[in-house]
Amino acid sequence: MLAQQLVNGLMLGSVYALVAVAFTFTMGVLKFLNFSIPGIFMVAGMVTWAMLKGGISLLLAVPAALALGAVLSYAVERLTYPQMRGGDHFIPLVSSMAFLILFENLVLVAWGSDQQRLALPFQSVSARVGDIVIGVPQLIGLVIAVGVVWLLDLVLKRTRVGRGLRSIAEDAETATILGVSVGRVVPVVFLIGGVFTALAGVLFALNYQQASPFMGEEVALKGISAMVLGGMGNIWGAILGGLVIGVVETAAIHWFGARTVDIWVYGLLLAILFVRPTGLLTSSLGSGRA
Amino acid sequence: MSGYLEGVLVLLAINVVLAYAAFLPIVAGQLNLGVAGFMATGAYVSAYLTNAHGWLPVPAALAATVLTAALGLVVAFPILRTRGIYLALATFAFGQVVVAIILNLNVVGGASGYPVRAYIGFPVIAVAAVLVFVAIYCLFHTRFGISVTAVSDDELVADQMGLSVRWLQTAAFTIGSAVAGLAGALHAHHFSYIEAQYFNVLLSIYIVLYVLLGGTQTIYGPLLGAAVFTLLPEVLRGSAQWRYVIFAGLILALMTWRPQGVVTRSLLRRLFEWRRPPAEAAT
Repeated sequence: MLAQQLVNGLMLGSVYALVAVAFTFTMGVLKFLNFSIPGIFMVAGMVTWAMLKGGISLLLAVPAALALGAVLSYAVERLTYPQMRGGDHFIPLVSSMAFLILFENLVLVAWGSDQQRLALPFQSVSARVGDIVIGVPQLIGLVIAVGVVWLLDLVLKRTRVGRGLRSIAEDAETATILGVSVGRVVPVVFLIGGVFTALAGVLFALNYQQASPFMGEEVALKGISAMVLGGMGNIWGAILGGLVIGVVETAAIHWFGARTVDIWVYGLLLAILFVRPTGLLTSSLGSGRA
Repeated sequence: MSGYLEGVLVLLAINVVLAYAAFLPIVAGQLNLGVAGFMATGAYVSAYLTNAHGWLPVPAALAATVLTAALGLVVAFPILRTRGIYLALATFAFGQVVVAIILNLNVVGGASGYPVRAYIGFPVIAVAAVLVFVAIYCLFHTRFGISVTAVSDDELVADQMGLSVRWLQTAAFTIGSAVAGLAGALHAHHFSYIEAQYFNVLLSIYIVLYVLLGGTQTIYGPLLGAAVFTLLPEVLRGSAQWRYVIFAGLILALMTWRPQGVVTRSLLRRLFEWRRPPAEAAT
């Protein structure tokens, strides 16, 4: 029973982890809490639903949703990041919140506020390991999540773009002086972040076979908590944080009831911020200054 | 006065009060994303005092304001240890915890909401909003207001000039909490029904957006921001969703072309050059 709860928590946590990676990535490199992430998460889920409903194959729908996520994220970059320079530090935060409102309401205009059910081309299957039931789509999701983050880690450590990203995270000004083209690297952050977010949205929609215009909010708030838990700018920390939040959530539901979940999850976040005002772990991207 | 007009004006008055609740900490350099949590506290305390103890609504609302201020003061100490984005996140987490706790308090209805018997009508709410504005106006013409403005302009210099930045920030946070509590109490007694889910983080975000769009450099910014974004949706009636699409578009346009908000000190100076002191002309 306990092992089953743990497995359920880890599965739930894998979705939070992907969103947390998207958050922590923009946070670590650009010191920017990107509130458009829940919007992109939701759009990816809803578009997947709409395409499946329209009879488009899953193999086509998923890449299309990921591409859309990247495009939307790029649009967010164009209208927020250039404004950040020389202005107040909260401007990108406010603009990204505006994007969240924009995305949610455009989807509401297009498809209404109902929660939609995804009709999957395959039956939901689960595997049994001893007494423990594991949902196969969830497991695939977790594997993809870890795999994609591993890839991101490689890109950061081994490639030219990765070095550029890390130098900007450390100190954008010095990076510019040393010849890193900030204007060219910053969009990369948003493109990668957009794909991660969209992937999380698609996986969530497929796993739970549902999508709604508000599906991004709750998940993103948990993703933010996971980011802080794992240390802002620390991508492996975000994965760890996501899994911890997922386990805390399922444990809270199991022992104290579904209505107490937020007390434990956000209470934990608050407690961590009180004890360590700059988050739990340090950044793997830069010096972690916010 | 028609019921519709009155409804809009009540909304306007409460939003103005809320805007000042978010404005005070922002001026002191804190982005408070937990305004809705303090608002919920005020709403539930006032509702409980009238429902369970037979208090009259106005004294109950005042007591709720004081109690929310006390809560603000208590959490200000640990929350103000954090800075910048961490502070915004801490206030956000605090708001979520408050709502989640209320959701589990069966004495105030838990998840099924809480009907409020005592009623506060438009006149009292209007008076409250005007009083809050006057109080803020007076506050910002005292030493305290000038000091807080100095902190928001340059925290380091303010500190070196001998201002107690920490004390000012605590005070601004506490007063902001109190104002949010008042707004919550007014909301509860006017709409006669409250539910915890209403006071979510999106509400906090909207309130903060009002203030940032209006402008944080002067005390008229929040007033304008709250007024425009309460009245604009009414003008744009028709589809509720398109209103918010336009709302979002406006925010993006403003952040691109006028990131300091609509009302700035230099704007007021330019508009009212012929009068001194310039700030008085806009009242």
